[in-house]
Amino acid sequence: MSAKAPVKDWATDFDHTDPAWNKDPYPIWDDLRKRCPIAHSERFEDGAFFPSRYADVREISYDTEHFSSRRVIVREKKFHPVMPSPPITSDPPEHRPARMPLLPAFNPKAIEKLTPGTRALCNRLIDSFIDKGSCDAATDYAQHIPTRVIAKMLGMNEDDGDRYRRWIKMALEEGIHDNAKVMQSLKEMTVYFSEELARRGSAPGDDLISFMRDQRVDGQPLAPEKVIGTLRLLLIAGIDTTWSAIGASLWHLAGHPEDAARLVADPSLMDTAVEELLRAYAPVTMAREVVKDVTVNGCPMKPGAMVLLSFPAANRDPEMFPDADKVLIDRKENRHAAFGLGMHRCVGSNLARMELRVALEEWLKRIPVFRLADPASVTWSEGTVRGPRRLTVAFN
Amino acid sequence: MASTEILRVRIESERCQGHNRCCAVAPELFEADDLGNARVRGDGTVPPALEAKARLAMANCPEHAIRMSQK
Repeated sequence: MSAKAPVKDWATDFDHTDPAWNKDPYPIWDDLRKRCPIAHSERFEDGAFFPSRYADVREISYDTEHFSSRRVIVREKKFHPVMPSPPITSDPPEHRPARMPLLPAFNPKAIEKLTPGTRALCNRLIDSFIDKGSCDAATDYAQHIPTRVIAKMLGMNEDDGDRYRRWIKMALEEGIHDNAKVMQSLKEMTVYFSEELARRGSAPGDDLISFMRDQRVDGQPLAPEKVIGTLRLLLIAGIDTTWSAIGASLWHLAGHPEDAARLVADPSLMDTAVEELLRAYAPVTMAREVVKDVTVNGCPMKPGAMVLLSFPAANRDPEMFPDADKVLIDRKENRHAAFGLGMHRCVGSNLARMELRVALEEWLKRIPVFRLADPASVTWSEGTVRGPRRLTVAFN
Repeated sequence: MASTEILRVRIESERCQGHNRCCAVAPELFEADDLGNARVRGDGTVPPALEAKARLAMANCPEHAIRMSQK
């Protein structure tokens, strides 16, 4: 990582990879919402905006005429050429045909079938550390859940998860500052899936790789690069995100034992608790590239500029959510945007919700009382996906 | 007359993006189709006992895709 000048003013010079932002972004966003709801920074090629209010995030999410998804990560240097991962990087009219084939694999019924296996996985993980009296809830527990679930859905070996995590770190974190890392990650994933598709040939299978290979659009098979692009997306989008949501939720419960105790005493609260934890600790910040002159909330934007689409900041907007800065696990009305708004709604939202819920339920059944072993040692990932990466908890 | 009014919900399908919140909050009234998008069960009639749930489903839809009418 290159040495960077410290941020002097978050409104005119923000850096979403700055250590202060990484440690605790919420006061920064609250301040911006009050005095400059759309921040700007020249630290990123062609400039980047940061809307901090729900209404502005919503407006941009719905406006595919002025805002393109061809770039969804704000980097110091733009990545040329764009390597698409449809449908997340697709705009209309390509978006819909790229998205439709994926949807049945992630509908509620399909995800429900994965629930018992996920419960068993969570318990195997807990078995591995419960007798020690402490664990790293991020690396011993949370990260393995989406990694192994997606490996299984792809029909791959669960142990391939280590490689997945390395690729994701290169693409989403190191890649903000170093485009060579993004390229390396994308190339290695491409080779991985190309080899797997070649190995399978046309042999039938009921996993996601076979499912994508067998999709037809207007009677025609998908081009191999589109199949591989979407498979890359499933890896990148499905792992860090859910790992972060599970980790952040456990971090919250470790620091708020009264909430953990309420959930243990009344498991029916889990419905609203999961939504509230998703609102308060939404892990994913997407981005758009301005493609036509546009003004948002009085702020003019020129083509080429990037816009961070911070669903986490939108979810903390007090104009939208009463007591936005409080985590109320029984919050009944919760129109949060953790999975995005509009046509790019996270395809895996049913899966992510199931994994988060099951991970918390199984944890609380076996480890109802736990605490942060050393609050100062908790670290968070930076950039596109926010979640704890070191989270030592004690339960002895 | 109030006693003859029937409360109905419907989904504006062009707004629904498949967040599936309504199906989770009020499974008696909403279900997901094969693509994971919501549709109302039956003709969308909301029995009085489910009115509160219907309103809660509306209040939890991130896309504001649920409409309620009384006729």
